[in-house]
Amino acid sequence: MKRALLIAAVDGRIGGVMVFGDRGTGKSTAVRALAALLPPIKVVSGCRYQCDPDKEAACPVPCAARQGRTEAAMVPVPFVDLPLGATEDRVVGALDLERALASGEKRFEPGLLAKANRGFLYIDEVNLLEDHIVDLLLDVAASGENLVEREGLSVRHAARFLLIGSGNPEEGELRPQLLDRFGLSVEVKTPTELAGRIEVVKRCDAYDRDPVGFAAQWQAADDEIFKSIGKARARLPKVEVPEGILELGTRLCMATGADGLRGELTLMRAARAVAALEGKKSVHRQHLAEVAPMSLRHRLRRNVLDETGSTVRIQRAMDELFAA
Amino acid sequence: MTDGLGAAGVSAEDERWADALMAAELLAHAPDTLKGVVVRAGAGPVRDGWLAHFSRALGDGRPVRRLPSGVGDERLTGSLDLSATLSLGRPVAERGLLAEVDGGVLIVPMAERLSDQVSARLVSALDRGEVEDVFGRAQPARFSLILLDEGTADERPPLPLMERLAFQVELDGLRPESEVELETPHPEQPVKTHDGHIEALCATAEAFGIASIRAPMLGLKVAQASASLDGRSETNDDDLLVAARLVLAPRATRMPPMEAPPEQEAAPPEPPPPEQQPGDQPEPQAESPPPDDGDGKQELSPQELADLVVEATRAALPPGLMQALVSGRPPRGSAMGGRGAGAMKKTPRNGRRAGVRAGALRHGARLDLVETLKVAAPWQALRRREAPERTGVLVRRDDFRIRRLVKRSESTTIFVVDASGSAAIARLGEAKGAVELLLAEAYVRRDEVALIAFRADRAEVLLPPTRSLPRARRQLGDLAGGGGTPLASAIEAAEQLAAAVRSKGRTPLIVFLTDGRANVARDGAPGGVKALEEAMVMARRLREAGLVTVFIDTASRARSEGPSLALAMGARYVALPRVQAEAVRDAVKAAREPGRGSNR
Repeated sequence: MKRALLIAAVDGRIGGVMVFGDRGTGKSTAVRALAALLPPIKVVSGCRYQCDPDKEAACPVPCAARQGRTEAAMVPVPFVDLPLGATEDRVVGALDLERALASGEKRFEPGLLAKANRGFLYIDEVNLLEDHIVDLLLDVAASGENLVEREGLSVRHAARFLLIGSGNPEEGELRPQLLDRFGLSVEVKTPTELAGRIEVVKRCDAYDRDPVGFAAQWQAADDEIFKSIGKARARLPKVEVPEGILELGTRLCMATGADGLRGELTLMRAARAVAALEGKKSVHRQHLAEVAPMSLRHRLRRNVLDETGSTVRIQRAMDELFAA
Repeated sequence: MTDGLGAAGVSAEDERWADALMAAELLAHAPDTLKGVVVRAGAGPVRDGWLAHFSRALGDGRPVRRLPSGVGDERLTGSLDLSATLSLGRPVAERGLLAEVDGGVLIVPMAERLSDQVSARLVSALDRGEVEDVFGRAQPARFSLILLDEGTADERPPLPLMERLAFQVELDGLRPESEVELETPHPEQPVKTHDGHIEALCATAEAFGIASIRAPMLGLKVAQASASLDGRSETNDDDLLVAARLVLAPRATRMPPMEAPPEQEAAPPEPPPPEQQPGDQPEPQAESPPPDDGDGKQELSPQELADLVVEATRAALPPGLMQALVSGRPPRGSAMGGRGAGAMKKTPRNGRRAGVRAGALRHGARLDLVETLKVAAPWQALRRREAPERTGVLVRRDDFRIRRLVKRSESTTIFVVDASGSAAIARLGEAKGAVELLLAEAYVRRDEVALIAFRADRAEVLLPPTRSLPRARRQLGDLAGGGGTPLASAIEAAEQLAAAVRSKGRTPLIVFLTDGRANVARDGAPGGVKALEEAMVMARRLREAGLVTVFIDTASRARSEGPSLALAMGARYVALPRVQAEAVRDAVKAAREPGRGSNR
C-alpha cells in the first residue's frame, strides 16, 4: 500500500489508488499521512482553485491577483476528505448564498472538487457512496474538469486530483466502472504476527503520550521519503521504457484478460514510477513484476464462481511469461 | 476504587453490572480518548440507572446532547441559519450538533437505526476531532459517543462506528439493586505502560481472534484510564484485567486455542466462568509467547501475565457470545457480521432531484434556493415598498420551494432454504449458487441478498442481508443439512427478517426452496399434522403482511402441500424438482420486477 501511494505521488497521471482492507487496518491513517509527505505546491495566493501561477488559469474567473502582478505562495498539497453524506452541491459547488441574498447576484461558490484541484480527493468507504455522486466523480476525474451547468449557473473549472478510495469488501461491492477508474488497487491487512501488532500499538502509545517527541523521532525517515519523492519526480521524464518491456506488459495484459487499455497504460506508468523511485534510468522486468498485481488485479473480468484471487491469476500469468 | 472485579462469590449478573458501571466511570474519566460505549439494552430502568451513574461520574461542566432521530447532515455539521440569514441579508452559520458537543458526550438513541451517512459523519469526526462547518472552517469536535442499541436479533449499530468505541456493555437481564457509591475521582493524568502489558494485550486479542488492531489500542487506553482514575501514573496488572474484561471480551470471535493448561497461575479473583467448555475446536494456532524482554519490575513472567489476561477475558465473555463461540458459529454482529451496506432511510434526503414543490422548511426538507429566489423576485419591488428599511432580497415563507428527491427503491431477496432430509446438501449448494449469481449482478442495482436455512428444530439466518459477495461466500462456506422440516418456524423467521428489511426502506422478496412437507412444529415437536397446520397459519400471515413471495417447490413428485402453501402465502409458484442455481436466479428475477411496484 505504501508503495502504491508513493507511485501515485510520483506520477499523478496514474489516476488514483483504491485501498481495500478490513476495519482497523490503518487505511485512512496511511493515506492522510501521505499528503503531509509531499512537497508543497506553488499557487496564486488567495486562489480558491489552487491555480498554478506559471500556467494558464484554472479558475472560471481568472484570479484577481493575476490581473496585475501575480503573487505566488507555497501551500501544502490540498487534501480533501469527501464525506459520505456529501451533497452534490457540496461536491461540485453551488450558488454563492451570500451574493445571492445580499445583492441577488448569481455567483459560483466552489465546492470540494475545486478545493481538491492539484491535490488529493480521499473517499473513505467508497463503496457506500451514493450512486449519483460516484457518477459525477468519475466524470470529473476522467476529464480533469468540473462543469457545472445548473440552476442558471454555467461554470467550468479545472479539477485535476488524485482519487484515493478506501473500502471494506465486506461492506459491499464496487461497480467495475468505478474500480477501473482507479489506477492502482491494493489490499491491506492487519499485521498478523504478534510482534508486528505489538509494535503498532507501542508506537501509537508513544505518539499519544508525546506527539512532538514522536514526530521528531521519525522526522528523519519522513524527510527521506520526502526527498526520494522529489528526486523521483524529477527523474521520471527521463526514465526509458525498452521495447521488450512494453511488449511484455502487453502480453501480460492479454494473458490475464484485463479489460481495456487502461490497464496497460497504468502498468507502464507505474513501472516507470518505481524505476524512478529506485533511481534507475530505464524500466526493468522486476519493476514490471512489482507493479503488475496492483495495476491489474481490479481489472480482470471476474468469473463469479471462480474463487481464485485475482492476484494469484496475475502471478500465474507472470510466472509463465517471465519464464519464457 | 475496586478494579471492577467483584469479590468471590458474586453472581455473574452482579459482575456484569459492576463491569458496566466500571465502563461508565472510565468513560466519564477520559471521554476523549476512549471515544464511547455501545449500550445494548431495551429502554427501561436498568438503562436509565446506568445512564444516571454515568452522568454522576461525568459531573457537570461537560455538554451532553442527544442525537435526534433521523438527523440531517446539516444539523450535524452545522448549516446556514436560514431565518437569521434571510432576516439579516447575509449568511449566518448555525453551529452543528457535533461542534456544540465538543468536549462532551453525544447520546445516540436507537443507534441500530443510524443511517450510513450519519454514521460516516460521526466516524470522521471521531477520527479527526473536528468537523467542517458550512463555510468549510474546521470546528473542534472532540466528544465521546453513547450508542443506545435497542436492536433485536440481527440489528446492530453500524460496525465502523462500534469498532472505534472502547466499550460494549449489555444490560439486558440485569436487575441492579441499588445505586452504587462513587468515589471522588482523581484528575486525569498521563499514564505510562511498560512493554509487557502492551504485549499481553496484543497476545490476548490474537488469542480471541480479534483482527482489528484498534482493540488492543483501545485496551491500552482503558488500562491507562483505569490507572489514572485510581490516581496512579503507571498501569498495573489489575488495570490490564479491566481492559481485558471491558474491551477485549465483547469483541472476541473465537475461544483461545487451548495449550498448556494454565493451572498454576495466580487465579484471578473471579468465580470460574459459568459454562467453560474447552471442547470447541478453533483453528489450531500455536500462540506465540510474548518476547521475553519485558522489564523485571513485575513479579509475573510475561507468559503468566498473558495467561492471566486471557483468563480474565474468557471470564467476561457476554453469555450469548460464549455460547455462540462454543458452538463454533461466528456470533452475529461480532467483528465481521452485522448489517450489510446500503441500509437507507425511507424518506429520501438524498438522491436525484425530481423537481420542486412549495412547502414549509420542515425538518429534513431541502430548500431549493434558486427556485425560491425566482419565486420571490417578482415581488421585490412591492415588498420593498412595504418595508423600505429592509435591504437585500425579501423572501417570504410562501416563496419557499422544497426539493423533491427520489431514490430508487432497493430490494432485498431473502432465501428460505429447506436444509432438511437427504436432498438438503444439493439444495443448499444450489441456493448458495443462486445467492452468488444474484450478488454478482447486484452491483448494478444495489440489491441485497439474505439466506435463512431451516432444519431439525429451528430456522436460522445464515446470511444477514448483504451486498457483498466475499462475505456471502465466507458465511455460506459450509452448511449442515439433514433432520426434520420446521417449516412454520422458517416462515416466521422470514417474516421477521422481511419486516426488518422493510423498516430500512427496502423492498423484501422472500423465496422459499422447499418441498413443503412440514413435520416439525414451532415448539420443536415432531408430527406432520400439527406442523403443516402451523405452516399454513404462518403462510397466511405472510400474505396478510403483504409480502411478495416466490415458492419454489422442490418435491420430486407432484404433491398437494407445495401448491396449497403457495396459495396461502399468495406466492408465485414454481415447480423445480431439480433445483439449479440459474433457474432459481431466473425465478427470482422474474418475481422481482412486478414486485417492485406493487409493494408499498
